[in-house]
Amino acid sequence: MIQVSHLTKFYGPRAAVNDLTFEVKKGEIVGFLGPNGAGKSTTMKILTGFMPASSGSAKIAGYDVFASPLEVKRNIGFLPENPPVYPEMQVQDYLQFAAELHQVPREKLRTAVDHALTKTSLGDVRHRLIGNLSKGFRQRVGLAQALVHNPAILILDEPTVGLDPKQIIEIRELIKGLGGEHTVILSSHILPEVTATCERIIVISKGRIVAEDTIDQLTTRIKKGVIYSLVVKNPDPTGVAAIRNIPGIHTVTQAGPKLVIEVQSGTNEIRDQIIETAVKKEMGVLEFSAEKVSLEEIFLQLTTIETPTQSTGATV
Amino acid sequence: MSPKNVWTIARKDFRTYFSSPIAYIVIAGFMLIMGWMFFYTLSHFEMQSMQYQQFNTGKSPSLTEGIIRPVYGNMNVIFLFLVPFITMRLFAEERKLHTIELLLTSPVRLTEIVLGKFISSFLLILVMLGVTLTYPIILFATGNPELGPIVTSYLGTLLLASCYLSIGILFSSLTENQIVAGSLTFATSLFFWLVNWAAQASGPIWSEILNYLSLIGHYSNFGQGLIDSSDVIYYLSFIGLGLFLTHRVLDSFRWR
Ligand SMILES: Nc1ncnc2c1ncn2[C@@H]1O[C@H](COP(=O)(O)OP(=O)(O)OP(=O)(O)O)[C@@H](O)[C@H]1O
Ligand SMILES: [Mg+2]
Repeated sequence: MIQVSHLTKFYGPRAAVNDLTFEVKKGEIVGFLGPNGAGKSTTMKILTGFMPASSGSAKIAGYDVFASPLEVKRNIGFLPENPPVYPEMQVQDYLQFAAELHQVPREKLRTAVDHALTKTSLGDVRHRLIGNLSKGFRQRVGLAQALVHNPAILILDEPTVGLDPKQIIEIRELIKGLGGEHTVILSSHILPEVTATCERIIVISKGRIVAEDTIDQLTTRIKKGVIYSLVVKNPDPTGVAAIRNIPGIHTVTQAGPKLVIEVQSGTNEIRDQIIETAVKKEMGVLEFSAEKVSLEEIFLQLTTIETPTQSTGATV
Repeated sequence: MSPKNVWTIARKDFRTYFSSPIAYIVIAGFMLIMGWMFFYTLSHFEMQSMQYQQFNTGKSPSLTEGIIRPVYGNMNVIFLFLVPFITMRLFAEERKLHTIELLLTSPVRLTEIVLGKFISSFLLILVMLGVTLTYPIILFATGNPELGPIVTSYLGTLLLASCYLSIGILFSSLTENQIVAGSLTFATSLFFWLVNWAAQASGPIWSEILNYLSLIGHYSNFGQGLIDSSDVIYYLSFIGLGLFLTHRVLDSFRWR
């Protein structure tokens, strides 16, 4: 349903999106996960035909985004980063305008608007001016706008931003319910967001895909894993290398005096070995702690750590 | 191109005029100034004709010369001031509110969006001109004016105001800031309006070119009840060029 191949977008000399290749199948809900500035919004703007890519290609519902933008746009519902709403319009009029822009036939306008209002629980505010609504409600109006023409593909840029916990749950349920019939791609920089709604996640950082897997697999892969954090006085490279060479150690990432060590399974043996090695190499252990690896940490590692010794990205 | 899409956008923007105070202020200001001007011209004309009848001096005033030409001529000046307020928000606001993303990711063509915006502002001009139809009605009720110059004055005014609109829409697409868009619209319209002033001070070829470029220069025929196709072509090309450039601007700003 969505095929992206070697997509690249330059803003001036800087690549915001760099050689992105992925695919989303019909009915899938895919999460686009990445920290601020990763290029999520940029990718979505390209997919929706809002802006062209510098190179690479994207196909949506079989149509090339650049060659046949109108066909692509007909198949898409898009919630941009900032809900594109007119403050001086009433919710209902706005949704009708959005439906007309998507060429919903006149006789179906009413039901389309009503459906969108119901799905996003906006029935009570249908006659209110959007400008008078709270941020969360405006976000929901934006979401209703993306749904109103019942598109095959939904592209949602941070759909639950600004919502309260109760609404977040409602909207997540709504998005989950869209799967199967609709193809959904949503972006977020918070992991629970995507684990709660998506079957598959694509982690991007600095414009590149650093991981791509189903939630289940990501979870099982690191279920047994433990992360040790070791702070030393003297983080000299030979010591770090020695620790990295201990069998069973998955990755070692260094941030100044702090070593983050990921192991396949946390046994006493391995813990002893790490400390022994550190002592033997006279690194001067200041602190040693262990914690269970959560998806959150994997995500953080994948996206935030940037060192010459980085080996995390490729391992997923 | 689908007229339905054009109309969807035109209707939305036309309604938006009336959900903000701008349209009301513009229309009310227009009515006040025009009303005052009409009655001033009318009473002046009355005085002139009375003098003519009493002393048989001066020239015999006609309604066309004495009322229609000055009133509609002045109307053009007023549009010069008011059009920036009408067009400044059209694209600038869409960009500021990010609603341009809705328009540009909907299955509508850029041409349809630009035309829709133009038509919405054109409709507002029509409403304003509609209000002034009371003047010819008064003239017909009390006197015997020529219909021709009235009709051509309206046509000319509509074309001239549309030229201002196309300048305004272009500048609105260039910035997120309505004030900037409005000011540049006024400055540019004024430039095209007054460009023939420079004609007097320049050589014969330049003077011809500058005279040709002048927006107001092409109005004088309309004011006298004449429709010259070269004037119509000039105005239509001017409007077309403004809208075409707007299209290019919107297209290119996606590439940045
Ligand atoms: N119009 C622009 N001009 C120049 N640089 C831009 C522009 N838009 C985005 N960028 C840059 O491109 C990079 C990716 O931006 P993008 O908005 O796609 O990130 P994101 O993943 O959506 O981040 P966030 O989580 O903050 O929404 C950022 O470094 C940003 O500064
Ligand atoms: Mg973003």
